[in-house]
Amino acid sequence: MPKMTMVQALNLALRQEMERDESVVVLGEDVGVDGGVFRVTDGLIQQFGETRVVDTPLAESGIVGMSIGMAVYGLKPVCEIQFSGFSYYTLHQMENHAARLRWRSQGRYGVPLVMRAPYGGGVRALEHHSESRETFWSHIPGIKMVIPSGPRNARALLVSAIRDPDPVVFYEPKALYRAFREEVPEEEEAMPLSRSLIAREGRDLTLIAYGAMMRPTLEAAEKLHSAHGVEAEVIDLLTLSPMDDSLLVASARKTGRVAVVHEAPRSFGPGAEIIARLVEKAFYHLEVPVARVTGYDVVIPLFSRETHYLPGVPRIVHAARQLLAA
Amino acid sequence: MPRTRIELADAIEYLSILDENGTLDRSLEPSIPAETLLRLHRTMLLARRFDERLLSLQRQGRIGTFPPIAGQEAAHLGAVAMLRPSDWIVPAFREMAADIWRGRPLESIIVYNNGFNEAGRIPADRNDMPISIPVGSQLLHAVGIAWAIKYRGQSDVAMTFFGDGATSQGDFHEALNFSGVFQVPAIFVCQNNQWAISIPRAKQTRSPTLAQKALAYGIAGIQVDGNDLLAVYAAADEAVQRARAGQGATLIECVTYRMAVHTTADDPKRYRTDAEVEEWRRKDPITRFQTYLAAKGLLAADAVAAEEAAVQAEIQAAVDRAEEQMKRLGDPLLMFEHAYAQMPAYLKEQREEFIRLRAETQEEK
Ligand SMILES: Cc1ncc(C[n+]2csc(CCOP(=O)(O)OP(=O)(O)O)c2C)c(N)n1
Ligand SMILES: [Mg+2]
Repeated sequence: MPKMTMVQALNLALRQEMERDESVVVLGEDVGVDGGVFRVTDGLIQQFGETRVVDTPLAESGIVGMSIGMAVYGLKPVCEIQFSGFSYYTLHQMENHAARLRWRSQGRYGVPLVMRAPYGGGVRALEHHSESRETFWSHIPGIKMVIPSGPRNARALLVSAIRDPDPVVFYEPKALYRAFREEVPEEEEAMPLSRSLIAREGRDLTLIAYGAMMRPTLEAAEKLHSAHGVEAEVIDLLTLSPMDDSLLVASARKTGRVAVVHEAPRSFGPGAEIIARLVEKAFYHLEVPVARVTGYDVVIPLFSRETHYLPGVPRIVHAARQLLAA
Repeated sequence: MPRTRIELADAIEYLSILDENGTLDRSLEPSIPAETLLRLHRTMLLARRFDERLLSLQRQGRIGTFPPIAGQEAAHLGAVAMLRPSDWIVPAFREMAADIWRGRPLESIIVYNNGFNEAGRIPADRNDMPISIPVGSQLLHAVGIAWAIKYRGQSDVAMTFFGDGATSQGDFHEALNFSGVFQVPAIFVCQNNQWAISIPRAKQTRSPTLAQKALAYGIAGIQVDGNDLLAVYAAADEAVQRARAGQGATLIECVTYRMAVHTTADDPKRYRTDAEVEEWRRKDPITRFQTYLAAKGLLAADAVAAEEAAVQAEIQAAVDRAEEQMKRLGDPLLMFEHAYAQMPAYLKEQREEFIRLRAETQEEK
């Protein structure tokens, strides 16, 4: 199997889905000639031409609004928003229409679009290039919110997102775009949406994370094992909404000790929903209150101090040890 | 009558005063005091050399990603040169020469580009807004400021900047429309530098000019040679006078060129030719302005070299000051400040938690 970065793996998913289905079209700012500012769409315009790989004018609401029409007509638009920090321009189209047309037309029109956007901090970027606002999309009924954590699942999830009959927001952890390589099969591979995954088995406590936070979380689990003899179970959410809580609940029942890790601000963040589910479904199994290791409730600072904002290994290890000590 | 011609009240003009060879149309020459002309030259030169220095600092990893301005000095500096301190500037992110003109110390630009929020602070004696990265979003703020100026009965203006790409955003159209409906003292300066990252101007809109967008909203519009500081100055001066006189907003399209990368993360070789860049190098805004000043007897042959040496010294001093300043900056607790006028209780708790965690995780190491 070839070893690929996440950028290459996403590119593979797009290329193969476009080869397989001529209704798939890619559109966005700089996705054609430039191949995307992160090169995720590199080479697509050469292979599929400019009618299927569309460099649009600079207007995010326009890109998504037009994608809704294309999707209603039967195409499968995969639009790229250059940075998730600019995806809010699309919020009204997503909330008012993409999320509701199936409901409003009582089943007649689905909106099978995918909105891809790089999200998250850790790349020493300018303002608006480091946020994690996945909650916005997760909160909208009718929209699916997916966040991969590595090259292989990024590819397999993007394939499923493209084939999905409903609108999917696909946030790509840009800190992982080129951070490491993984074996990714050339042949087709898809992973179901709304299915989380046990990334590491353990019996002492449960760490729940997704996206870019999977790396420090797994590293923390490793450290807990090597330095403290603690076996942490790590769950990778992969899809935030609609959330599959079966693994979370089972793991919480098993360990009784849970921490949720995300770089999004704490209040009303994904952790709040996860904890609510655990309270509803595993309350009597919890030994201690669930911990949150998250970004703070502030705008992520400019890069000179962003590592102070982002959860890292020390904070995760510390939280885990406090859970065990309680 | 079934089908008649609707005559539009205005047409779009194009203005060029000092051409690329430094030839002057004397009948159009704005009257700018010699002292101001020299200061404008100095600022353009300083901004150009500072831009180059920032690029090299970025390449050495001493600052982060930033958007260079090379080639666009006249397009934004010319527009702000006649503003009063009490007027407002609502920038995008590629107006560094204007920022310097309005009093931003060079070291503040370095420190900001090295990821320190501290340097984003706007001093109390400046009415300008901070940069705005979400493309096109700031135009409406200028309209709001202009509305408020009018409400308060002041004679100031709000001048906002944006690129050719920004004209595709809904916010651009809303801003122009609002400014027309409310007849406010706003000035929209578009730096049409031919590219929005990899998207050429022709793919942004089918309109032959950006200036003509003004017509649809009933405001004044003009296209100028954006590499001709005199033309930009003259057009902006007219717009400012119009705004101060209560005659409404103006859209000025400055036709210019982004000589360098979009940002330091960009590779222009993927989408444009060197030949195109060379073509525009001949239209450089600084060289033609120097020709003009020399012809006016304001800039002696050896004065340019002296100016070059002076700006380089100024830049070096700023780099030194910035590096000195940055040693003292970076207290992580600043990230909890300025979220609200008053820090909410839960944020105080998070701040305390941060302090405690930092101490405890330090011990664990
Ligand atoms: C809303 C939004 N979308 C995308 C971006 C990413 N981006 C930054 S600058 C830019 C191109 C802007 O082009 P233009 O308006 O012509 O200004 P220029 O960069 O040429 O000065 C893009 C797409 C952004 N900052 N904001
Ligand atoms: Mg531009």
